[in-house]
Amino acid sequence: MTDTREELETRGPTNGPPPLLRFVAAKIGGGVVSLFLVAVLGFFLFRVLPGDPARTMTRSTPVSAEQLAALRHRFGLDQPLYLQFRDFLLNLLHGDLGTSYIYNRPVAELILERIGPTVLLGGTATVAAVLVGLWMGTRAAWRQGGPVDRWFTSVGLTLWSVPTFWLGLLLLMAFGVGVGPLPGLFPVAGMSSPDVPAGVVARVLDVAHHLVLPCLTLVAVIYAQFMMVMRTSLLEEMGAEYLTTARAKGLREDLVRRRHAVPNALLPTVTLIFLHLGLVVAGAITVETVFSWPGLGLLTYEALRVPDLPLLQGTFIVLAGSVIVMNVLAELIYRFLDPRVRES
Amino acid sequence: MSAPPNATGVTGRRLAALTEGWRVYRADRGGAFGLAVLLVVVALALLAPVLTRSGELDVTRVQGAPLQPPSATNWLGTDESGRSVLLLTWWGARMSLLVGLSAAVLSMVIGTVVGLLAAHFGGWVATLLLRVTDFFLVLPALVLAIALSTVLSRGVFTIVLAIGVTSWPQTARLVRAQTLTVETRPYIERARALGGGHRHLLGKHVLPAVLPLVFATTTLTVASAIIAESTLSFLGLGDPSMISWGSMLKSAMDTGAVTAGAWWYLLPPGLGIAIVVLSFTLCGRALETVLNPKLRGTRR
Repeated sequence: MTDTREELETRGPTNGPPPLLRFVAAKIGGGVVSLFLVAVLGFFLFRVLPGDPARTMTRSTPVSAEQLAALRHRFGLDQPLYLQFRDFLLNLLHGDLGTSYIYNRPVAELILERIGPTVLLGGTATVAAVLVGLWMGTRAAWRQGGPVDRWFTSVGLTLWSVPTFWLGLLLLMAFGVGVGPLPGLFPVAGMSSPDVPAGVVARVLDVAHHLVLPCLTLVAVIYAQFMMVMRTSLLEEMGAEYLTTARAKGLREDLVRRRHAVPNALLPTVTLIFLHLGLVVAGAITVETVFSWPGLGLLTYEALRVPDLPLLQGTFIVLAGSVIVMNVLAELIYRFLDPRVRES
Repeated sequence: MSAPPNATGVTGRRLAALTEGWRVYRADRGGAFGLAVLLVVVALALLAPVLTRSGELDVTRVQGAPLQPPSATNWLGTDESGRSVLLLTWWGARMSLLVGLSAAVLSMVIGTVVGLLAAHFGGWVATLLLRVTDFFLVLPALVLAIALSTVLSRGVFTIVLAIGVTSWPQTARLVRAQTLTVETRPYIERARALGGGHRHLLGKHVLPAVLPLVFATTTLTVASAIIAESTLSFLGLGDPSMISWGSMLKSAMDTGAVTAGAWWYLLPPGLGIAIVVLSFTLCGRALETVLNPKLRGTRR
């Protein structure tokens, strides 16, 4: 590994692998270590911490000693912990996350079925929240202290203080069920209606119709973060000399903002989009619960009610793992976006 | 020559600093508003046993009809078993505040200890602590909190633990950065030269310098801890025998209050959370402004 790295290093004056390669290798290596830690944590949380997972899973139903023993055998819980851990890691590497207790099906299969809806909901909401947040942050910072700034900041802070699921329940009641004479405008649950006419367009429209309320809830709670960061980072650029230069060249104020200030202020915000994926994941769990959106969040909710430990373990590893992968991506992307980081 | 020992001495200087801080804090309208709201809410929560009768929270002893809209007898209507929503919200404030504050304190203690140790000791201790901090910083806190409160036995303590051990990394990062700054100052070097041990240095010199910042951050942590508590209770992971704003919203959803259009059942607990969280956030931001003069002017 080091040999090939040194062969690549022909231009640089310093010894050792080139900084970029070293940087990428370090970040990816760190990510792999983190992923391994997630797996260890998943094992610890759902196998070690409960003491007897079989008893935890059956705490709401009366079971006999034989049934418990059979359950323990089925999940491999009758083996010593280190053997369980070895099997767990080996299976994980093969993409086997065990068998769900309630569904009696492979956990990996269940998760694969549910990833699509979560990516659709989370992705749409993130894109919308980023667009809204960046636009509002720019507007607020440009007229700092003005009425627009005050309004945007207070509305953002207020929505930020509201629990996601409560906002969802309110929207569900106001626009899904309908209040007073107002009829419900949007579906209250699920991702599609059973009675949709055939055809791709009709089906897409139906999903979009179902997507409106959950997406709106998620956007309302997460956009404020992007707005505040964009605002702060633009305010830091405001006094910069290159803006004075741009103005001295005779550029109109909106061009100064759009071409000079905003691109620089965007840098820290871009990484933040990835770094706040954890927020989207957390929001998705509650939003999917409220709107019965058939994604990973609803699967988590179904699993924790029993509790179905193998299934919970699976969703935990997949959700935490994807956030870690996104973070590594964010750090790599930032390096390419910001020349200052690239050189240091 | 910055502060010559005069008649008032150390106490006088601290008093002057406090007065100045209070002046800056008061100038922040949001901070003043948040503090006022919090004082009222905390007073009401503490006085709940004096001002109301808790007996009416007992499902077996209620007289009201289920899910009634607001009326002269029940100002905020009734829940699915006929209890007054006003009374539930009032008592729910106690649990939400208690869990929010305790979890924030737990998170503050873990974060401060990790941050102090990582900055003061360097070497492999720091490397290890920083790696762990970064790992937990990236991990989605709610997912971990859900996992913890699912496998541990149900109860208030579990919820506090689950929120506390998942929300400390930000505090740790902040405390570490601040400790590194403080430790470059001459008075630390002087204390070290005079033979001060680690315990003396950290306890007598570094910690007091870092604490104000920790306090400001903890105020913000309370806000997120209250949201986390309500979310966990809403998912059914709270103590089933306790009334909190989150558990009220859970029963509202489970009993079909949403489809029945029972807005009086949904609004009070949610507004309670929003107002308290917003107040803590405003207070935390105002405190940060007091401590960090650079922020003055960029926020309002």
